Amino acid sequence: MTKQVQQLDRVIIRFAGDSGDGMQLTGDRFTAETAKFGNDLSTLPNFPAEIRAPAGTLPGVSSFQLHFADHDILTPGDAPNVLVAMNPAALKANIADLPRGADIIANTDEFTKRNLQKVGYAANPLEDDTLSEWRLHSVPLTSLTVKALEGFEISKKDAERAKNMFALGLLSWLYHRPTEATIKFLEAKFAKKPDIAKANVAAFQAGWNYGETTESFSVSYEIKPATLAPGVYRNISGNQALAYGLIAASVQSGLPLFLGSYPITPASDILHELSKHKRFGIRTFQAEDEIAGVGAALGAAFGGALGVTTTSGPGVALKAETVGLAVATELPLIVVDVQRAGPSTGMPTKTEQTDLLMAMFGRNGESPVPVIAPATPSDCFDAAIEAARIALKYRTPVMLLSDGYLANGSEPWRVPEVAELPDISVEFTTEPNSEDGTYLPFKRDPETLARPWAVPGTAGLEHRIGGIEKADGSGNISYDPNNHDRMVRLRQAKIDGVDVPALEVDDPDGDARVLVLGWGSTYGPIAAAVRRVRKDGGKVAQAHLRHLNPLPANTGDVLRAYDKVLLPEINLGQLALLLRARFLIDVISYNRVRGLPFKAEELAGVIQDVINSD
Amino acid sequence: MTESLNGKGLALVPKTEGKQTLKDFKSDQEVRWCPGCGDYAILAAVQSFLPELGLRRENIVFVSGIGCSSRFPYYMNTYGFHSIHGRAPAIATGLATSRPDLSVWVITGDGDALSIGGNHLIHALRRNVNLNILLFNNRIYGLTKGQYSPTSEVGKITKSTPMGSLDKPFNPISLAVGAEAGFVARTIDSDRKHLQSVLREAAAHRGTSLVEIYQNCNIFNDGAFEALKEPDTRDEITIRLEHGQPIVFGTGENEKAVRLSPTGGVEVVRRSEVADSEILVHDAHRDDPSLAFALSRLDEPAFQHVPIGIFRSVDRPAYDTLMSEQLEQATADKGKGQLADLLLGGDTWRIN
Repeated sequence: MTKQVQQLDRVIIRFAGDSGDGMQLTGDRFTAETAKFGNDLSTLPNFPAEIRAPAGTLPGVSSFQLHFADHDILTPGDAPNVLVAMNPAALKANIADLPRGADIIANTDEFTKRNLQKVGYAANPLEDDTLSEWRLHSVPLTSLTVKALEGFEISKKDAERAKNMFALGLLSWLYHRPTEATIKFLEAKFAKKPDIAKANVAAFQAGWNYGETTESFSVSYEIKPATLAPGVYRNISGNQALAYGLIAASVQSGLPLFLGSYPITPASDILHELSKHKRFGIRTFQAEDEIAGVGAALGAAFGGALGVTTTSGPGVALKAETVGLAVATELPLIVVDVQRAGPSTGMPTKTEQTDLLMAMFGRNGESPVPVIAPATPSDCFDAAIEAARIALKYRTPVMLLSDGYLANGSEPWRVPEVAELPDISVEFTTEPNSEDGTYLPFKRDPETLARPWAVPGTAGLEHRIGGIEKADGSGNISYDPNNHDRMVRLRQAKIDGVDVPALEVDDPDGDARVLVLGWGSTYGPIAAAVRRVRKDGGKVAQAHLRHLNPLPANTGDVLRAYDKVLLPEINLGQLALLLRARFLIDVISYNRVRGLPFKAEELAGVIQDVINSD
Repeated sequence: MTESLNGKGLALVPKTEGKQTLKDFKSDQEVRWCPGCGDYAILAAVQSFLPELGLRRENIVFVSGIGCSSRFPYYMNTYGFHSIHGRAPAIATGLATSRPDLSVWVITGDGDALSIGGNHLIHALRRNVNLNILLFNNRIYGLTKGQYSPTSEVGKITKSTPMGSLDKPFNPISLAVGAEAGFVARTIDSDRKHLQSVLREAAAHRGTSLVEIYQNCNIFNDGAFEALKEPDTRDEITIRLEHGQPIVFGTGENEKAVRLSPTGGVEVVRRSEVADSEILVHDAHRDDPSLAFALSRLDEPAFQHVPIGIFRSVDRPAYDTLMSEQLEQATADKGKGQLADLLLGGDTWRIN
């Protein structure tokens, strides 16, 4: 039987199953195949905080969405074209997101009476007309897998567990993905259990062959490679890019990296990644708590290391006092906040932009710190280097605001040449800096207002620093009222004077009257929405803030140049508050706090409404 | 390297070429403790002891938290970091772990180390970074003006406990032994010779050393350790622990000895009532911490008998050494990290 091959320009697939079904792994592998094939892509993992919620229940559903295309894309996609549902819970939890006409591949073996009851299905939706508006492919994934693995030296349970690889094989056939890398991956992953490795490879191949022979699938699809800018590419997640950026910052600054960190979702992967790269001289210290993590990083910075701490919102709350100490002692420090839904524990695996005001102001006293937010997963690499540059140049803690969406999402990344990376090297002070031959630890560089940085081990520059107010210049303890006023203003002026690039505006025709402004991880959805609006003839300009503190010098001018400024944020208007206070501009806030990124279609509608509201 | 550093806490710290004196370690800052404070004696003892180590002054760092004692670094002409309440062990851990060429001293108090910073203290002790922690215990909050502390006796009447404190205090030595500390000692501000002898051993210990120093706060808790200082009482209650020596104390008819008790701990008995062979010989190097713990309990109830000296001094690899070894191992296995190779690792593809 020759099957029909259809050309598509883009596809959105969502793999959904029980937390124990290996959906994240399946998604990761499909992504790797897709990256290798050369499509542009964007991913959205979505999983519960519970490691193994009760099997077959709605809270236990884990999913992985992948958007891939033959052109450059900006988001993991609003709505899937294909849902792979490994059990009734996965179907029930995801069906509302699935547009009519989309494909559903359901694992019929799991649609048992008991599993249906668990999620409140009175009847089997695969067997009545519940799904008549979708294209349903009922596939007994589990039993096909078990059958394919007959004769293998593995338990029935292990055979059943390979069903995700069968599904991956089927989808790989359906979309013409290359398979060698997945086979290699499985062989390496189960190198110590060769029987399991063989079984998983066999399941994967059986899935592929099933697609080719079954009548359930009459069409397969081709999505041509995307034409991206020339270069060498790899797929990278935000957390991995951030870790690589920190390593690059260490290399480019010539300072050893010291990470003090306490495990917290969704930031732990940065700790995991950095702990693998000890041959770069990186010390990773898993501390007893969040406070010790940042404390150790600051102690290492005092000793001349590139001090970094990585955490999420609850951890930033705990670190606040130490960040204040870094402000007072004017030592370089990078605080990475991979934001998640709050307050308190909130929803640890869900994304949010709700820590901006905490990053800005969440410390006692006048305690300004630079704040930077990456826009995409791969941008985390550059943002980390930029954070290090500012921290080292100005001797200040820097807040780097990633979030769960960037952290776990991935996209192709054009790997930079090392020679393209900025030189952020620092010179420690080694000589006295006053006329009488003493060392004044708070005598500032007149241009940057940064203080000198002399590290222990430097003879003749022995000095003491601390959290008590210091006399300008000498750094000795001072309670003098005028000195304190001066120091408060100097610390503020130093941060206000941080050199940040101008805010760029994307307005192809130059005649838009509405500006959409964003910051951080909303870049993709906003840019995708702007494309849609423009495609429909709408005029809209887009600008995206990477530096939240200080803001680019031209920010006020940019905002004032438009009749209306629309600011979508995944919070209740935190940047809007700052912009209104700073520029007296009444930006239009659009806020959703659902733990999920914006959808392009949703934002396109909002932009259009603002354009139309004249 | 791990083994060879045992007992050489300062082996990696550069030595000075010139001769140092007490003056070299005095900073130009005016000392601002209350007149008569025990901190003066400790400061003088430390300043006059450090030249003996012969270290380059610029490779010595004092890190402190918050409290009266935590002002200490300002008065030392070394590098110093006066940090925030309770966090000095954490900050010092980052410094000492990344800079094995430094001699790092943590100055803390009973409130700083045992209340707000309790977590950092116990983890520093178990982790065994090369740090010397000097815990000034005056059994009161001084800088906040006289509230009871986690080492104050039950029933302590203070501003915050007008009817007496309710909570049982920590015994810092018991706590440290329980927290897997390798070096635990107690000394007293008024006995410079003893204090310096303990500091000497603490500095030589590679790993975290915890030295509790009884320190008199003459404003809010004056005379807390008077029984250990009064000629009439001190020799009768002070047990001077010395490694390899039978544990005996007291004078004349009141001479006492320590022996193993039938219940598994240790007990004090009249010297005249025990045979020499029954007297416990102090073994600070014993790997099993039970006896060190039992000795620390002789101070229950407080000041009946007070052991001072080195309870425990047991070598095990320091955290910073182990971490350095992992870095060296990783480099030896796969070569020094190359950024370009790292960035191009994994699956890549080229677009022309």
